[in-house]
This record gives sequence, C-alpha cells and structure tokens, in this order.
Amino acid sequence: MPLLDVKDLSVTFARRGQRTVRAVDGVSFSVEAGEVVGLVGESGCGKSVTSLALMGLLPKQRGVTIGGSAMFGDTDLLKTDERTMRDIRGRDVAMIFQDPLSSLNPVIPIGIQVTEVLTRHRGLTGAKATAEATDLLNRVGIPDPTRRLKEYPHQLSGGMRQRALIAMAVACAPKLLIADEPTTALDVTIQAQILELLRGLVRDSGTALVMITHDLGVVAGMCDTVNVLYAGRVVESARRKPLFADPRHPYTTGLLGSVPRLDAGKGERLHAIRGSVRDVLPWPDGCAFAPRCDRRVDACVGEPPALVEGVHRHAYRCVNPESRTVEVPS
Amino acid sequence: MSTKTDKIDRLGELTAAKQDEHGVSLWTEAFRRVRRNPTALVGIAILVIFVLVAIIGPWVAPYSPTDFIGKGEVRSGQGIIPGPSAEHWLGYDHQGRDELSRLLVGARQTLLVGIISTLIGLTIGALVGGIAGAAAGLGGRVGRAVDSVLMRIVDMLLALPSLLLAVSIAALLGASLTTVMIAVGVVSVPIFARLLRGAMVAQANSDYVLAATSLGVKRTKIAIGHILPNSLAPVIVQATLTLATAIIEAAALSFLGLGNPDSATPEWGLMLAEAQRFLDIRPGLAIYPALGIIITALGFTLLGEAMREALDPKLRK
Amino acid sequence: MTETLVEVDDLKVHFPIKRGVFLDRVVGHVKAVDGVDLRINKGETYGLVGESGCGKSTLGRALLQLTPPTGGRVNFDGTELTTLPAKQLRSMRRRMQMIFQDPMSSLDPRQNVESILTEGLQAHGLGGDRTERRKIIAKSLDAVGLPQWALSRYPHEFSGGQRQRIGIARAVVLNPDLIVADEPVSALDVSIQAQVINLLEDLQEELGLTYLVIAHDLAVVKHISDTVGVMYLGALVEEASSDDLYRQPLHPYTRALMSAVPVPDPEIEDRRERILLAGDLPSPANPPTGCRFHTRCPWAQPTRCRDERPGLRIIGTGTHRVACHWAEQIESGEIRSHAVKAELIADGAGARDAHGALETALETPGGPVV
Repeated sequence: MPLLDVKDLSVTFARRGQRTVRAVDGVSFSVEAGEVVGLVGESGCGKSVTSLALMGLLPKQRGVTIGGSAMFGDTDLLKTDERTMRDIRGRDVAMIFQDPLSSLNPVIPIGIQVTEVLTRHRGLTGAKATAEATDLLNRVGIPDPTRRLKEYPHQLSGGMRQRALIAMAVACAPKLLIADEPTTALDVTIQAQILELLRGLVRDSGTALVMITHDLGVVAGMCDTVNVLYAGRVVESARRKPLFADPRHPYTTGLLGSVPRLDAGKGERLHAIRGSVRDVLPWPDGCAFAPRCDRRVDACVGEPPALVEGVHRHAYRCVNPESRTVEVPS
Repeated sequence: MSTKTDKIDRLGELTAAKQDEHGVSLWTEAFRRVRRNPTALVGIAILVIFVLVAIIGPWVAPYSPTDFIGKGEVRSGQGIIPGPSAEHWLGYDHQGRDELSRLLVGARQTLLVGIISTLIGLTIGALVGGIAGAAAGLGGRVGRAVDSVLMRIVDMLLALPSLLLAVSIAALLGASLTTVMIAVGVVSVPIFARLLRGAMVAQANSDYVLAATSLGVKRTKIAIGHILPNSLAPVIVQATLTLATAIIEAAALSFLGLGNPDSATPEWGLMLAEAQRFLDIRPGLAIYPALGIIITALGFTLLGEAMREALDPKLRK
Repeated sequence: MTETLVEVDDLKVHFPIKRGVFLDRVVGHVKAVDGVDLRINKGETYGLVGESGCGKSTLGRALLQLTPPTGGRVNFDGTELTTLPAKQLRSMRRRMQMIFQDPMSSLDPRQNVESILTEGLQAHGLGGDRTERRKIIAKSLDAVGLPQWALSRYPHEFSGGQRQRIGIARAVVLNPDLIVADEPVSALDVSIQAQVINLLEDLQEELGLTYLVIAHDLAVVKHISDTVGVMYLGALVEEASSDDLYRQPLHPYTRALMSAVPVPDPEIEDRRERILLAGDLPSPANPPTGCRFHTRCPWAQPTRCRDERPGLRIIGTGTHRVACHWAEQIESGEIRSHAVKAELIADGAGARDAHGALETALETPGGPVV
C-alpha cells in the first residue's frame, strides 16, 4: 500500500459574480514510502493548489469545493477534521514553501520557531528542545547554529532561511514532505545546495518527498516518479528515465523542447509551444491542451482523452501521443 | 455531431480570442467595479439624494427659511417651541422659522462648504505634492532639495491644529463661511500633498518610467504623462473621504461660532450650533441637522471606500 | 573583422550607503559594479550571467546611462556616452533600447498598446503624421507576432508572454542598434520563454540587432549568446565565446555555476560532478579582499588569492579571458579542490544594512539621466 494515495482530487473555486474555476480537476497519483515524486507544470496547472489541498490548508468555506480522496495510511487527508489535521501537519506530513521569508514569522527568532514545533509535536521543552533545535540547524547545514537560533528571519540570507524552514519541516521526522517550488526564489548555486540537502534527507531518513516544481531539470535530478500537470489534470505520469527518454504527451515534449539546454549547440532553435496557458479548452470539452497542440486531431475535441496505461506505469492522457519508438496506427 | 462541432467552434473562439471588443482601460474597469459594489451603490444613492436636495431645496421648501412665520407661537425664553404639526412637519426653530424648509435650503450651503474646502485642499495640496513628487522622482540633486523644502513646509502645516488655524483665520478675516472653508481646506492641504508626493515618488521608481526614460521621452513629459496619472487614484479616494470630514469639520467650526454669524442663510452646522441652547426643550432641532451631516458624510465615506477598492491595483485580478 | 558597437572601460557604479535622520551621512559604498571592461560586437549577442546581487542589472543600466556611472567610460559606436550632454544623450537613446524583466511593471498600465508604441516615435519626432506612424507600429506589431487588434488594448488584458512581446515591440519600433534585455524571460512560464527567445533571435537576424542579454539562467544565456561574460560581486570573472565557456570553463565560479544548472536529462544529471559552493554571496558593501571569490572557492590558494585581486587575462590563443591566478593549474589538475568552510555572510547588522542600502540606493539613484 502506498504511503499516500491521491484519487480524483478536484478543487473548484466559486466566487460570486465570477466564473467557477476548476483549479484541480481529477488528479490522481500515489507516493510510496521513501519515494520522491515530482509534480511538474507551469503556472495555473494546479500543482500548488494540489499541495495546499493535501495539507488541508485551503480555506474550508466560501465556494471552495474539494472532491476525491487522499489516503494517508487510514486517514483521508481531504475529509479529516481540523484538529486531527493539525496533529498530522508537522508531525507526519510537513511542507516547505517557495518563499521562506513569508513562511517564517518575522518578529520571532528562528530558535523559538523551531523549538515550537518540537514542543508541539514531540513534547520537548527547555534545554532539551534547544539542544535538539541546534542539532537540527546543524543537520541542514546552517553554520554556527547556536547563534543563528537567536536571530530573526530577516537576518538570514534566502538560502539560510530555506534551510531553517527545512529544519522545521523535518523536526519530527515526517513520513512525507511536500516541497512547493522550494528553490525557485533562490540563486542557482544556492538551489544546488538546497537540492543536495533534500536529496540527503530523503536518502538518510527515508522520508517520502513530493516535489512541486516548474523546472524539468530539477525533476530530472531528483524524482523517482514524475507527474506532468496541465490545466488541473495529470497528462503524463512515468518513472523518471522513461519520461525523459520517451515522453508521450505533446505537452511534455513541448516543455522539454522549450528549455534551453547547456549541452545544446548555439543556434539550435527551441521548440516553443504556441499560444499561452490561457488558451485552455475546458476538460469536459476535450483535451485542454488541444488549442496549443501541434498533434491535434479531430478526436482531441469532444470528450476528454482517457488515461492510456503503457508499460512500467507509464501513463498518459492523449489520443495522438508522440512516439519515439513505435508509430501509433491511426 | 452538432455538439461536437459546437465544441470545435469553441476551440476556434479560444484561439481567435475576443477580437471585436475594444480595450478596457483601468478607469473604465474601476468604474465597472464601483457599479457592481453594493456599498458603493448605497453611498451613491445617499449622495444623489443629498445633491438633489441641495439643488432643488429652495424650490421644494414649503416655506421661506427666513420667514419668522411662527413668531407668535414660539417663546423660546419660556421654553415653548412647537413641535411637528400637519403644516410644519418638523416644527419651528427657536425663532419660529419652518425647520424643514431650513434643512432643505441648508443642504446647498453644507454641500458647497464641503466641496469648496475640499477643492481648496486638493488644489493646493496636489500642486505642492505634484511638484515635490516630480522633483524628488526625476529632478536629481536639485529636485531632491526642492522636494525637501516643500515637504518641510507641508510638515509645519501638518503640525497646526485645525481649530487654531480656523481661529487665527477668523481673527484675520472675521467669522464667516469663507473663513470656515479656508480653514478646513488648508488643514487638508498636507494630506493631499503627502499622498500625491508619496505616490509619485513610488511611481517614479517603477520600471515603466525607466522604460520611458530609455525611450528618450522628456522628463517633464514622463512626469505629466506617466507618473501623475498613475498616482491619482489614492488622491481621488482621499478627496471623496475628505468631503465627508470637511462637512463635519465645517459644521464643527460653525458650531463653535466661527462660521457665518448671520442665521439668515441656513447651514446645517450653524443650525446645530443654535439648537444646542434648546436641547432640553426640543432636541429634534439638533438631531435633524446632525442626522443630515452624519448621513451625508456616511455617503461620501462609503463611496470613498468603494473607490479605494476599485482603484487598488493589488485587488485587480 | 567584426566591428565593435559598444566599448565599456573600467565601468564603476558605487551606491552610497546613507545613514542619519536629518543630514544624510555617507557611511560606505555598495560597489555594485566595480571595474568592468567589455566589448560588444555589431550584430552579436553578449550574454551577461551572474547571480542576484552580482551587479549585472546595474551594469546594463549604467551602460545605457539610466543609472549614472561613478567612473569609467562607455563608448557607443564612436560616441562617449558618459560625458554626453543630456540633450544629445536623449536623442542617442533611440539607438539603444531596453527590454525589461517584468513585462507588467514595465508597461504603463494606463496606456493602450498604440500609445505605448507611439511614445518613442513622438519623442524623437519620427514617423511623420498619424497614418504613417500607424503603419510603422503595425509593422512592429507584426514583427513581434501580435495581432493588429492589440492596438486598442491595455497591458492588463494580455498574458505574460504577450506583454513581453509588447515590450519588445516598443523597443524595436525605434529601429535601434543595441537592445539591452534585462532578464527578458525569467518572469515567464517555460513554454512561453521559448517563444520569446525564438522571437529575439528572429528579430536579431531580420533587423541586424546587437544584444546585451542579462540573465541569471546560464542555459538561456548560453543558448542565445555569442559571447558570455560571467559576473561575480561587481566584476567579470570570465569571458569567452559561448561554446568555449561551456566546453572549458576556467574560473572556479563558472565551473560551480555550470555544475549547479539542472539539466532536464536524467542520464546527465546522474553522471554529473557537482561543485557545491559553500555559503552565500558576500555583501557587495564589504567585498572580500583580493579575489572576491576566494572565500567560497574550492581551489583557493593561501595568501595570493586573499591578497591580490586578479585581473582578466587571456588564456590560450583565442578570446577566452579569465580572472583567476591559478586558472592553468586548476585546469591541468595541478591544484586540487578542497573543502571550504561556509563563512557567516548574513552576519547580523553589516550584511543586512548593506543589502538594505543597495535596495534604497537602487530606488533613488539620483534620478535617471535623460
């Protein structure tokens, strides 16, 4: 049984006087213990809303509807009450956000914020908590941790703040860590440090990691399984190597073709995807990607493409998939 | 088949986008938003009634506001001021004039005081703030000096209490409605000046100003054509809100006897001031103008808040 | 022989750090750009890469005289810009345009597209009457791939990629020689980035443009540039043709930067040797002595790296320039990398103030020179 099994997760936002927005539209994926799972997509694909829904952090009222299930052990993260969720959050499931500055309380020293987590979930207090906090900061590579504990978030650099946030997230050795664009706000060399730190944490502690990112490069270097999201649905899902070696969905190939690569020669033209993320066909009317797709056929419009399961859990949602090996008979 | 073609058409629509429509400017969009906001509609409704009364008041007033028609019945010294009756819906004031007529006619004065004093504040404030803002934003070293001097003067003005200012102006010009308007107006100068200057300095550092500079557009043109229009929103909101406070402040100054001493022209603040002596006999005489002032101020405040929401770029989706 | 369009010599931009309530007292300087030499050839793309705070954006603005340089010279097609009177500089601006990172904030939200595109033409008295101007504008809209109906629309009605196209149209409508593009794609979605990069390349070919592309993304810079300059703490540490730099990065910082860029290919990612830098970027208000990279350099050697600031020198026979004392020895393997202890950079007050000062300095840069 997987550690986390998300089935048909959907989130809609309805605001008075405005069109209802289906931010997440039937997302399914599972995370095995100790596995790194990537959710990749561009802005508006629903990846962040997915993570917030899993953490129970979406506002529970005012036109927000959450459907589907997310089984974490015996608990459905989507249906459990707020009190149980508060216990699970931080202890069993922890989250790291994109912007470390706004996720830390600016007027409370780092040390108190870290020990707070330790007191809340592990019952540590006083000198014991401080010692553990020092140890945690040390583990995430913050130099001179005793001193850092007394400092305020703004006194740390972006990279150090993200480390502090990771320290808080792993304080209770959670079974699952959700990282939402953890390195997007950081410089490349700092990004490399943080990714290395996350890799180490996963390797050493066996924590499962859901990595939410727009960067295919980050995915290629980190994830065991990758889910590519477009307009609120998983359009392709595969193990890391098959996905990059043999991408089937035109959106995946489009994304891969759009990224300038260090190892490509100068003057090689990028294969851009035309149009913008706004040109989306609503899923019930067909494939949302159809308006931008170069491989569009008549069958793309009418009803949403079914999920095609290939070998080795390689699944995609396309009626006219790309193929580097076999041509699909029409 | 037909549903499918529909959906294909829909795809076509998506790619073609809404070509025929004309672009919607930010002002138009803000206006649309105000129109959809119930708070704004309530405020606008109040203000429409108020302005209507101010315009047609003298014609619909059942009696002349200056006629002592009830002179015989009123003995304010002995505590007799007749209350509402079929002929006089709100009764007489302390000198036997029809209260309703005085309220209706007084609306115009009140509105004028509010508008003129706000205009005084807005004009001077925006001028000082605009010059300071443009100088600070684009003028280099000299500009910053100009800005410093102007803003220190504004700071001094800010330190003056409005009452003291009004008393001094009254000492110079004598108590009159003009005194009240000038006093209330001058007090709001620093608010407008600081607001516009702040907004302009912030805008001067924005990318599109840099973009205009790199295009080779002249500095004065950048200040007038880009920075100023983008800095006006908070000033407009403030002006609406100031209208409300100006009416209240003008009423307060009139109440203290700094306004027009001649009660021939009715004005709500003055009416309130005169009514205080008869609070125990006929509290209504104070309550009616006070309600008028409060409701009108509320109307302006509601509209101001709604405009703040509509114009705030952060709230735009 | 290629012709040089822009020649930058020893360019410096120092922002004063001010303190005090009444009289601003200068307590130090943030050396955002501290002595940069570079040449940009006609029709080519010079890519400037570096991490946040390295001064690359300031360099771009100083080159265009949008931020007044503290020292040094900028020669644009034979004209010295730093001493040019304001009026001539303003008319010179037609020939050097800029593209910004955030397409939303760089477009005046109250202008429609037509007015955005006309503004530059009017400022330089170009394009004659209204109908003629409209023709020119229509052409540039076409060139950037926007439909004609865009003219009456306002910036907020477009998607991010389309807004960036408007920004590009605004630059090319003046028929410039040089375009400085400051992070032209970093605010855009991946699939849109490719469109804009392709567009920039197409325009360069059609219009014979010269680009200075400033970006933090080495892959983007490498893709689009002929020559790449790597900046660290206000100075160039390495400069080479795009292919040379990728094939043979000589400066330790370039190596680290390159190894840090994720490549969307698991096979490569698994094999890669990673050079992880210790610690954070030092404060530009208080840069390390000697080689500015020596505090984080895994190849740093005692005393010389700390004491002597290396200048750019040519290595090999070509145009590959590097500012490292030990480039040859590191390349040959004579000097091995070693562990570096991370220094405390965000060291309480000092660094914080310096960064704060940098921001405030950038906010009020003494007014752009027009």
